[in-house]
Amino acid sequence: MSTSTEEPNQRIEPRKWLIEPDFIVERDPDRCVQCQVCVRQCANDVHEYDPETGLVSSDSSTCVGCHRCATLCPTGAISIRRSELEFRPHGNWTAQALRDIYKQAETGGVLLSGMGNDGPLPVYWDRLLLNASQVTNPSIDPLREPMELLTHLGRKPDSVRVAGNGGPVSTATELAPQLMLRVPVMFSAMSYGSISYNASMALARAAKEAGTFANSGEGGLHRDIRPHGENMIVQVASGRFGVDTEYLNLAAAVEIKIGQGAKPGIGGHLPGEKVDGAVSATRMIPEGTDALSPAPHHDIYSIEDLRQLIYAIKEATRYRKPVAVKIAAVHNVAAIASGCVRAGADIVALDGYRGGTGAAPTMIRNNVGIPIEFALAAVDSRLREEGIRNQASIVVAGGFRNSADVVKAIALGADAVYIATAALVAMGCHLCQKCYTGKCNWGIATQDPYLTRRLNPNIATRRLVNLLRGWALEMKEMMGGMGINAVESLRGNRDHLRGVGLTDRELEILEVEPAGR
Amino acid sequence: MRRIVAHEQYCIGCRLCEIHCLVQHSRSKKIIKAFRDERDAIVPGVQVEESGAVSFALQCRHCDEAPCIEACMTGAMHRDSQTGAVLCDQERCVGCWMCIMVCPVGAIRRGPERHVASKCDLCLGEDYPACVANCPNEAIVLEEDDG
Amino acid sequence: MDRAPYMIIGNSVAAVAAVTGIRGTDRERPVTVIAREPHHTYSRPLISYLLGGAVDEAAMLYRAPDFYEKNGVVALLGVEVVRVHPDERTVETSDGRTLGFERLLIATGGRPIVPGDVPGTDAEGVFTFTCWDDARSIAAYVEQEGVKRAVVVGGGLIGLKSMEALVRLGIETTVVELADRILGATFDRKASELARRRLEGAGVSVRCETTVTHIRASRGKVTGVTLRDGGRVPCELVILAIGVVPDTGLVRDSGIRTGRGIVVDDTMRTSVEGIYAAGDVAEAADLFTGEKRTIPIFPNAYRQGLIAGCNMAGGRRTYAGGLAMNSVEVLGLPTISVGVTDPDGEGCEVLSDLDEEGPVYKKVVLKGGRVVGAIFVGDVDRAGIITGLIRERVDVSEFRDVLLTDDFGLISLPREYRKHVVSGKGIVV
Repeated sequence: MSTSTEEPNQRIEPRKWLIEPDFIVERDPDRCVQCQVCVRQCANDVHEYDPETGLVSSDSSTCVGCHRCATLCPTGAISIRRSELEFRPHGNWTAQALRDIYKQAETGGVLLSGMGNDGPLPVYWDRLLLNASQVTNPSIDPLREPMELLTHLGRKPDSVRVAGNGGPVSTATELAPQLMLRVPVMFSAMSYGSISYNASMALARAAKEAGTFANSGEGGLHRDIRPHGENMIVQVASGRFGVDTEYLNLAAAVEIKIGQGAKPGIGGHLPGEKVDGAVSATRMIPEGTDALSPAPHHDIYSIEDLRQLIYAIKEATRYRKPVAVKIAAVHNVAAIASGCVRAGADIVALDGYRGGTGAAPTMIRNNVGIPIEFALAAVDSRLREEGIRNQASIVVAGGFRNSADVVKAIALGADAVYIATAALVAMGCHLCQKCYTGKCNWGIATQDPYLTRRLNPNIATRRLVNLLRGWALEMKEMMGGMGINAVESLRGNRDHLRGVGLTDRELEILEVEPAGR
Repeated sequence: MRRIVAHEQYCIGCRLCEIHCLVQHSRSKKIIKAFRDERDAIVPGVQVEESGAVSFALQCRHCDEAPCIEACMTGAMHRDSQTGAVLCDQERCVGCWMCIMVCPVGAIRRGPERHVASKCDLCLGEDYPACVANCPNEAIVLEEDDG
Repeated sequence: MDRAPYMIIGNSVAAVAAVTGIRGTDRERPVTVIAREPHHTYSRPLISYLLGGAVDEAAMLYRAPDFYEKNGVVALLGVEVVRVHPDERTVETSDGRTLGFERLLIATGGRPIVPGDVPGTDAEGVFTFTCWDDARSIAAYVEQEGVKRAVVVGGGLIGLKSMEALVRLGIETTVVELADRILGATFDRKASELARRRLEGAGVSVRCETTVTHIRASRGKVTGVTLRDGGRVPCELVILAIGVVPDTGLVRDSGIRTGRGIVVDDTMRTSVEGIYAAGDVAEAADLFTGEKRTIPIFPNAYRQGLIAGCNMAGGRRTYAGGLAMNSVEVLGLPTISVGVTDPDGEGCEVLSDLDEEGPVYKKVVLKGGRVVGAIFVGDVDRAGIITGLIRERVDVSEFRDVLLTDDFGLISLPREYRKHVVSGKGIVV
């Protein structure tokens, strides 16, 4: 199957000899009925039908391992395996390391990747275990008793004055604007342009249906999604794409993006091929031009500049919306977070090094930034120490895979969790990590009309809502098991966590006891 | 009656609908056997029309006032009283193609093996016609039509 | 006098459609069908299939054997109505009865033309071929006389279907046609030529621009024909297939207005209130010109009958107008023709595509940006889409280039038309 514009490339290209296929496509001849669904569905032209022989064959060299063909094959005749060319095992020179050099030797370019850090460093959530109630503190049955997941994000006051005097009680203290979430999970920033219109729409609709929020990313907010503004958090990123007063005011909150976990310190780049008419109109840039987000905001060179921007946005939105600041988890993230809070941020979003992206230089994606587990613990501890923890909610992001990760994050100090990769996976993504090519076979990270139609927003919305629903039920089960009936009692309650396989130093930073204690 | 509705914007042009229509109308109803033995003997009732990035599945609309029933000179084209579907009795069909001449949607095909008219039969009243059940993107759905 | 609430003269497609039309509104009151032929309603076009042995007698029925019971129809078969008396609202039958009606539908169809100026048409072995009994008679004669050669007079659709049956029976056949080509009323020159090649390829002899002047007989049985140019063709069987004329005899001098057929308005009503006509006997508006003419085509007859029946039962439907159309296989070569297939050039634009090998021939006639006619030979797939464009008078100027392409389909047409064609019950655009 070929994508929209041109005929399959008939030109003779010099072959890049060092580059080998990553995957082997295997076709079971006893099961293949030559129906050609795989031929029609592969955006990388792996499969081909030869009318002379009447057979379908596969050229593995262009396979990216997205599983589209295998999933749709009506007889299950296709399997995808890692390439069989085995290198002599080497502790230092892994197959990946070798392949990266071959690629660079042939192309002379920057290695690019989509999605988040796929390196073998530990997932610290898997080294943190949850408690359960036994005997002394009975567990709670979530099917029989109310279990509160409701979460409010925003600045909390230092104290609350209550008025009443014998009559009906009310709060006298004026509260800062809050976001109300039915479940402490939100959809993290994914720009329209990096993902398709259907994907963006599905995220917005699912957020509305599930009673949570979706972040628009730095691509602006498409006209058709604006009606869902009440469930949207809009981003003001360094490129300022799509930012105008209407944009700021129709959303529930505004997030200033200083950095992102996948590529801390550098900017973003949406290739011109992905900037079609609609993307161009939404981002307010000419069609076909590359959308470059510079590394710093060119008007933020100090914490005071940040404060100025935060309050400019608050003024523009009449102090009716929380303003968030998103930073990547880097070495002195605690100090940076503290600075953001003191600068007036109502929400601080921390994006760990597992965070995803449509495109990032592989070296930066895999080697820059720190795990969100440590960043979260450090920020939460620091803000508490400084007595300002109540002044901002902490939202964490970066590779959250399931409800257990979410519960642990909340126990470690987060108010809520942002998911992006998990949401895309729910919509069908198979993490082939080739988002930057614009040939997403699942219709998610592409603007090609042949491909974008594959993501039915009705189905995608349903899947996202299902995911959140499943996670919410699991969270209630886990909380009930811990003897907790409200997520507030879980938040920052590190005593519910125990560490395994962590060094003393790590335990100390996390302020978590080792299992057994 | 229940009608099959195709949503152009969700069709991905995979043609799984055609494949499963064929399987459903084969003798064995098993895909590998059906494709091996009967692939050329069955015309799927649904066919995907495609032009550029636009495609949709097209099958007989089972029209309320079916031109094919009016044009059929043997009475082979008739309406099933239970499902409301328009069916072709291939035992009575002589292959005159009057139905093809009048179908405004082009949903009727010739043959392929026998000299008779072939078209969608709404899977003879199954809860989910094969095309609806197997569309990976819900581009073909069943809707209740009381109009 | 007992009046039949609904009386239908005729038992073929228009009559059956009328019963359906009546029953769509009135499920109660009985319907009386009076028909000259003694048979249950049968498919007239199948008579050539029957003669040729492609179908058997059981297959002839157009509707199920219980059609009359199921629809509350009293069928008087084998009874001919000889006169209609509109003032008394009665009909007179061949067996001397007078029957009264409240509402009447005349669907008597047509009678075959027998040339009056050709000596020998009364010989044995000379047949017209328009009904089931003709098929039986011809088959019996062929068997009984051991017919080896036949002449079909008339190269139109009926002549060709007769020829096909005879060829199937292994009889050496000659077709004699007055015009300079066969199927002149249906096809254009090229399509006629392709059809002729097909016939000649199968051993049929085609003689155009001539006619039979004399049918010769010996001992009362046909032995051959003489053509206008003096040539002779020996044969044991002659089928006269020069045409059919609406069977209006029963309304002669009744005051019901007739032209070539019985004239009706767009509700299928004749000039007399409560009396309707439909099918090959009726003269109704042409879809394009609005002029009244008889278009003796199966689907037209059905539609007319349906509307007549509906209106007889109190409905208010109108007939959009007749469109000439035919689908016929000429010795296995499929052909479809719709509307104006051979324009005389007046403001018409012709698009065509020809593959002599196949043969595959496709032609579309446009006038004022709209399709007014089409021919398909060899590849008739999806022809109905074009018929739909003709009926709906769609302006095709924007996409005329795709009409003849191999992958032409609904997708080639604009979205609005697509949506309309499936009337919201189908492609959701």
